[in-house]
Amino acid sequence: MNRTEPFAFVRDLASRWDAIAIVVVIGILTFFAEASRGLFAPISGLTAAPLSLDPVHLPFYAARTTLRMFTALVLSLLFTFTYATWAAKSARAEKLLVPMLDILQSVPILGFLSVTVVFFMSLVPGRVLGAEFASIFVIFTSQAWNMAFSFYQSLRTVPDELCDCCGSFRLSPWMRFWRLEVPFAMPALLWNMMMSMSGSWFFVVASEAIVVGHTNIALPGVGSYIALAIEQGNLHAIGWAIATMLVVILLYDQLIFRPLVVWGDRFRIDQEQGARAPHSWALTMMQRSRIVSALRVLFFAIVRWTSRKTPRPRALATLARAGTGRRTDLLWFVLLCVLVGLALWRIALMLIGETSLPEALQVAGLASITLLRVMVLIALASLLWVPIGIWVGLRPRATQIVQPVAQFLAAFPANLLFPAAVFGIVTWKLNPDLWLSPLMILGTQWYILFNVIAGASAMPVELRYAAQNFGVSGSLWWRKIALPGVLPYYVTGAITASGGSWNAAILAELASWRNVEVKAHGIGAYIAEATTAGDFHRIILGIAIMSLFVVAINRVFWRPLYYYAERKFRLT
Amino acid sequence: MNSVMSHTIAPLLTVEAVRKAFPKPDGGELLVLEGVNVKLEAGQIVGLLGRSGSGKSTLLRLIAGLAEPSGGSLYFRGQPITGPVEGISMVFQSFALFPWLTVFENVALGLEAQHMAKAEIRKRSLAAIDLIGLDGFESAYPRELSGGMRQRVGFARALVVHPDVLLMDEPFSALDVLTAETLRTDFLDLWAEGRAPIKGVILVTHNIEEAVLMCDRILVFGSNPGRILSEINVTLPQPRKRLDPSFRELVERIYVEMTSHRTGAAAAAAAVASGRTERFPGLGIGSVLPRVSSNLLSGLIETVAAPPFNGTADLPKIASDLQMEIDELFPVAETLQLMRFAEVEGGDIKLTEAGLAFANAGLDERKRIFARHLLTYVPLAAHIRRVLDERASHAARKSRFIDELEDFMGEDDAEQTLRAVVSLARYAEVFAYNDETAAFSLENPV
Repeated sequence: MNRTEPFAFVRDLASRWDAIAIVVVIGILTFFAEASRGLFAPISGLTAAPLSLDPVHLPFYAARTTLRMFTALVLSLLFTFTYATWAAKSARAEKLLVPMLDILQSVPILGFLSVTVVFFMSLVPGRVLGAEFASIFVIFTSQAWNMAFSFYQSLRTVPDELCDCCGSFRLSPWMRFWRLEVPFAMPALLWNMMMSMSGSWFFVVASEAIVVGHTNIALPGVGSYIALAIEQGNLHAIGWAIATMLVVILLYDQLIFRPLVVWGDRFRIDQEQGARAPHSWALTMMQRSRIVSALRVLFFAIVRWTSRKTPRPRALATLARAGTGRRTDLLWFVLLCVLVGLALWRIALMLIGETSLPEALQVAGLASITLLRVMVLIALASLLWVPIGIWVGLRPRATQIVQPVAQFLAAFPANLLFPAAVFGIVTWKLNPDLWLSPLMILGTQWYILFNVIAGASAMPVELRYAAQNFGVSGSLWWRKIALPGVLPYYVTGAITASGGSWNAAILAELASWRNVEVKAHGIGAYIAEATTAGDFHRIILGIAIMSLFVVAINRVFWRPLYYYAERKFRLT
Repeated sequence: MNSVMSHTIAPLLTVEAVRKAFPKPDGGELLVLEGVNVKLEAGQIVGLLGRSGSGKSTLLRLIAGLAEPSGGSLYFRGQPITGPVEGISMVFQSFALFPWLTVFENVALGLEAQHMAKAEIRKRSLAAIDLIGLDGFESAYPRELSGGMRQRVGFARALVVHPDVLLMDEPFSALDVLTAETLRTDFLDLWAEGRAPIKGVILVTHNIEEAVLMCDRILVFGSNPGRILSEINVTLPQPRKRLDPSFRELVERIYVEMTSHRTGAAAAAAAVASGRTERFPGLGIGSVLPRVSSNLLSGLIETVAAPPFNGTADLPKIASDLQMEIDELFPVAETLQLMRFAEVEGGDIKLTEAGLAFANAGLDERKRIFARHLLTYVPLAAHIRRVLDERASHAARKSRFIDELEDFMGEDDAEQTLRAVVSLARYAEVFAYNDETAAFSLENPV
């Protein structure tokens, strides 16, 4: 091991992976410097140096867009580690925090955009930073909830024996968090981070160019570029923007997504070697690079050092989750009631006087139209993609090609494609109520496809052989084998698709091309119009009713369906 | 020297009149341990032997300071145990290794928690790894190791903190027979030669032979609530041989002990008097039933009926013939006893007239006999059937019976008992159950 080799010093200095790693690291640094330039510029600068449709600027815009996403991801992680940990460790907090998370998860985020923009703008008046905050906050809200949920669920399912082991060695809560809980939660958390990232491209693009009343903001980014291109009716520019996003998402997939998923594999608790070890060239590069490994050593040194600094628990402190004193319970309950009462009062104050019951009913009617649209679209997309997904999933080679493409398409922000569709509607004078609808599912249908593919490829080979052996084919095969086999997966995909479609409705039901506005009847258009007009009462009313619809549909339809499918058709 | 010392200093561990109960959602409590007294002297291996549900693992967690007793007290070297103690460490059934840490990191974890210096951690961890025969595997991840090697890591991790008392929670039961034997022998060698830095061991097991092989003293546990039925001193010299007549004799004696205590009429009467719900024999619908497949029931009847047993079999013999642990064999034997197909007494199982008739019958006749016995001797089955007969719709919801059962037992036990009855009733075709609608009925499904 200590054998001296010729040129050992060169090899110590840098392996060939280091060279690549250096380039990547410096590239990232440059990117940060480049992208954060102008953050502190006064907001008037935005109007003074307007966006340009020259494709030369697109890399810079893409960098800004990506930076927003990663900032939001860091915030989401912080939120996850605190909120979810609190919910998991305190029985009292859990009662409120978990249902709240569940609601937040199903509320259409885009509706908030206008509200939060104004809030953050007032925090940092006259600075670009305020608008950046607002945009990042929207992205954060599209990422954080499911991450927190997965972390919370992991914390609640840490195997008892590992807990006991940490308990008997008297690990401090801090050490236990970093050595047991975070690693245990890692695979699920990573997967959810990836899903969050994919989903948030849609929102980052949507949140850059915002018009709220008289406030007109266009943060430098791909989203704003598109908005400007729409205003000017420049199809070429839209093409360039789409191409840029394709490249960015491809890079993100190769440089971040795959390495993380492969790396996360080691944290899986089922200790069997995975059937197929996933592979990522970027991870190989990072693992072989001394610089990256030095960073890793540094990270663990910090974890160790902080663990040393935290005192060990003395007696039974490690035993149970926070105890429940009667009086504290009561206090907590009273506090909750006060909070809820206060919130109700504020909401009522906001709505009563400015809006009326007939208006609320009218909005509910609009929401029903949107609901009908979402359901019909999901049904149509299912008719198309379920058979295709099953066909693909049963053929390993086809799966290898189609699956990454489907995941990629799900990540691609479909709102970039809206202008093209609107252009068509305007040109051929089509009925917007009908033809705007497909836009809602344009980006979300892929969730159905890739979940069904995953389900079909997970179907045990023995079952398929058995079906062949007994000559089960035709419609019998579909009814008794294929469809039940993929149902749990399909439902998961359909839930995601439906949630995404509600969000997309806010963008899709009211679209424009140059100066022509195309509008479909629906609650999405209602919220969008209220936003443009800066009418906060109607925004709140719209969001409230839309949220009610989404939550209700989830509770009475999707969730029962999910549990039914899980119980009856899970093949494990 | 040890024996002299042990008279003068306090025992390593003392468990006095310990009681443990868990609160039930309805406000009552579920008693899992009652009146347990244990003493561990230096130089001893004490075995806690019993079936699952007898509270022996709960007792181990109490000793480890991972849970608090509802009554009584525990002392380690004369000091009350109020939480995890330095000086007591644990080996787990499922190994409980951290899959994201290497063998070395897993072993070092306990020392790191003590904020020990890095060099010292390294020295002691490597020594423990060496001791347990893992050298060369320091940088391997648990998933790369076989079950036996994983449990070696479990041992190294427990020993590296130099505990006085080692707690072992069925440490060999997740391993195959050969690996378990090797690991047991290796451990006993370490122990006998005094190379392991431990002074006493508590071993939880449900394997009678393992207990006799390893322990100096065996405490036999009974269930509902968990309590010590008897204490057996094992004076056979180490290393012990399984085929030794005195070894076999002791195993046989423990079988007798474990079967007679639970089934004696006196015990049952005492249980009724004290309001406890003893598992067997049937005492109204309040008894907890184990889930046993009807295949196993008829399988055991056939085996006992056939030569060489011809109707009466020695339980240890049957257990080793069928390669069944007592945890698997006892529930089957007891269900047969409950249904009066067999008598279990003094370590033997003997088929009744009905049992022999069942063995010789064809499928339809078997089902008829089974249905008759089920409705006569399993009160819960009879109760469900009566309710279904009385109702015009001949249907009833599951929740109705669950609620009734929960007056007598915990939520999980109620669910398990109902599932057990459903499984028996399906075989006997006395009523039907639809899991999707959670409803009982008299209809035969098409």
